[in-house]
Amino acid sequence: MQDFANSFSLAFELLWRFDPALGEIVFLSLRVTFAAVLIACAIGLPIGAALAILRFPGRGLFVVLFNTLMGLPPVVVGLLVYMLLSNAGPLGVLRLLYTPGAMIIAQSVLVTPIIVALTHQVLSDLNAEYADTFRSMVVPWHKAAVTLLWDARYALLTVVLAGFGRAIAEVGAVIIVGGNINHVTRVMTTAIALETSKGDLALALALGLVLLMIALAVNAAVMAVRASARRMAYA
Amino acid sequence: MPDPRVLPFPTSPGEARPAARLPLTIRGLGFVADGTRILDGIDLDLADNRLTVIMGPNGAGKSVLLKLLHGLLAPSAGRILWGGRELDRQTRQRQAMVFQKPVLFRRSVRANLQFAVNLKKSPEATELLSILMDDLHLNDLADRPARLLSGGEQQRLALARALLLAPDILFLDEPCANLDPASVLLIEETLHKARAGGTKVLLVTHDLHQARRLAEDVVFLHRGRLTEHSDADSYFDTPASPEARAYLAGQILL
Amino acid sequence: MLTRFFSASAAAVLALGVVATAPALADDDRFIIVQSTTSTQNSGLLDAILPQFKEKSGIEVRVVAVGTGQALKNARNGDGDVLLVHAKPAEEKFVADGFGVKRSDVMYNDFVIVGPKSDPAGIKGLSDAPLALRKIADSKAPFASRGDDSGTHKKERALWKMAEVDIGEASGSWYRETGSGMGATLNAAAGMGAYTMSDRATWIAFKNKGELAILTEGDDQLFNQYGVILVNPEKHAAVKKDDGQAFIDWLIGAEGQKAIAAYKVDGQQLFFPNAVKETN
Ligand SMILES: Nc1ncnc2c1ncn2[C@@H]1O[C@H](COP(=O)(O)OP(=O)(O)OP(=O)(O)O)[C@@H](O)[C@H]1O
Ligand SMILES: [Mg+2]
Repeated sequence: MQDFANSFSLAFELLWRFDPALGEIVFLSLRVTFAAVLIACAIGLPIGAALAILRFPGRGLFVVLFNTLMGLPPVVVGLLVYMLLSNAGPLGVLRLLYTPGAMIIAQSVLVTPIIVALTHQVLSDLNAEYADTFRSMVVPWHKAAVTLLWDARYALLTVVLAGFGRAIAEVGAVIIVGGNINHVTRVMTTAIALETSKGDLALALALGLVLLMIALAVNAAVMAVRASARRMAYA
Repeated sequence: MPDPRVLPFPTSPGEARPAARLPLTIRGLGFVADGTRILDGIDLDLADNRLTVIMGPNGAGKSVLLKLLHGLLAPSAGRILWGGRELDRQTRQRQAMVFQKPVLFRRSVRANLQFAVNLKKSPEATELLSILMDDLHLNDLADRPARLLSGGEQQRLALARALLLAPDILFLDEPCANLDPASVLLIEETLHKARAGGTKVLLVTHDLHQARRLAEDVVFLHRGRLTEHSDADSYFDTPASPEARAYLAGQILL
Repeated sequence: MLTRFFSASAAAVLALGVVATAPALADDDRFIIVQSTTSTQNSGLLDAILPQFKEKSGIEVRVVAVGTGQALKNARNGDGDVLLVHAKPAEEKFVADGFGVKRSDVMYNDFVIVGPKSDPAGIKGLSDAPLALRKIADSKAPFASRGDDSGTHKKERALWKMAEVDIGEASGSWYRETGSGMGATLNAAAGMGAYTMSDRATWIAFKNKGELAILTEGDDQLFNQYGVILVNPEKHAAVKKDDGQAFIDWLIGAEGQKAIAAYKVDGQQLFFPNAVKETN
């Protein structure tokens, strides 16, 4: 199919020219995704650590719950957030619908369970190793949590990347709450959806390639950090 | 004149060496895991001013006994009193332990020690840190990742970290297994100093020479039971139980 | 130290989060939100005319392009200031129910029935839309429907009714509901060699025509009228009544109408302004 070749050359051309319209969309994609992952980490890392350390009744239930929520369909999250932020909804007064803020909220909801579930997994393993030492030294649980988070930081980078990957590639939620408004809430994925619906498959695929390259760059950067840490045997 | 290098144990701010004696009283102690009796009916009185060595064949239950005394495991039967008190968070804060396989944090040597200093929050802890780093020859290793240290270096670090907590009682589970003679000496010297500073030391070892050098009294375990508790001299010269005799002669494996 | 590190990093994370969201929250530009249909956006019309309005008024128009059904629903929730859609009966009901202030005609174009050039149902050249659909049904050639309650979908269902074809029965066999926008449905039709009905504007601007071509057009039944409505501020206090009305006045006034007529793709005019001149 000729479209493939077209798309590749188009993708490189777009990048080469540093098309300003594309730049705006890429920047917004990254801004929304980074903010969402940041918020998800601020919420998810402590919860994941608490689940790994604390033993309380119903803990297993929470673990199962967060593992299940990892598979939340983006469209459902989009709808829920839309219903919350709609003018007819309880948080309508915030006037967040159809703004990047709404997209950040939706993506945070999507990413948080991933961060919680994977953090819990990583830290449970490390806690199995540290638990006796923590107990011996009578380390309070919140200090133990910080210690686990810090000592597992390079393993947690992979967790954060998993969240990043989910957020940056997601379209179902952001198109509902963002509205795909040109220059305001248009991100890579919604732009791809739009070009597809215009039948401009080559451009859509080219945008997809650009998205892929961005994700690749982010992953490579994080992995490079991790690899150097592994050489230091901290990982 | 007191040795100026005696470790200033145990000193918390504003608190002198507690006047109260802290003997360990163990009555009818038992531990069952997965239906197997691992320890059974242990009765034992340990004075707080002696260095006690625990001996016994592999699998006798020595490590389990230390973990029970340190409150890492809950007894299935019997009770443990320390200075007349049950173990709780507060009393356990005045204990420390060096594990058979030391668990070090994924950080530098200094950061591992600093962790204990931060827990203690006393100004003396910082002072103690530099003394211990000197004594256990850790200065050159300070910035190395702890988990890349050799076995002997790791044991020295684990001991320093435990002593930073300024414990009233220190449990050690075979701290010198696989160490070279110089490291063993270093650790034994440090234990002597801790002992002189008033810390009760409870040490598990298979090394008869080390036991002779350090022990003031010896506890012998065999298949989860206490078969002998006597002064070091009488234990080594005239062991009372047939099991201890056989063990000393290198005869029983289990 | 660790606790300090933790609180410091927590604070940093929060600060970063706030910084990242703040520009979104503190957006005090003057703008209105228009709930509109995919056809007006996919055809490029809005991209062409909205900058002219912004230049004149200083008001930015943010377009949410969805199916007419969803646009009406969103507007009912008060999520938008102006509606620009094409399903006259539904629009009139929206106003009658008190959700809109008043409906005005803006422009029209027409629907076309497109299909594979091989034309297995033999509808090429017909100008009777119901008859064309009847023939498609008889031949059981695949037909891709929007199936999304959009203006186009409502019109299409009305035509099937006139053709006396029970599409409910055929659903899943030759009648295939994509449940998506016009562009996605055209992509699907191109992909499976199906017939479909599209508004002319989206069709002309569509770039993935493949083997598809216009086969039936010119029936009065295929007339496609667009209307504009201000969402009722009495139902939703957040509606920007003045700016929204300014946009409507411009759109149905001389300047807007001229801008609509001037928009062409490949030399073809896509929308034909037909606002009723107000006498004042
Ligand atoms: N948590 C546990 N669950 C089940 N069995 C255990 C547990 N901990 C220890 N055991 C068993 O209890 C017995 C005593 O173990 P322990 O580690 O105390 O032996 P030990 O005297 O320290 O031996 P070694 O000299 O080899 O260190 C062993 O048979 C061991 O397998
Ligand atoms: Mg052992």
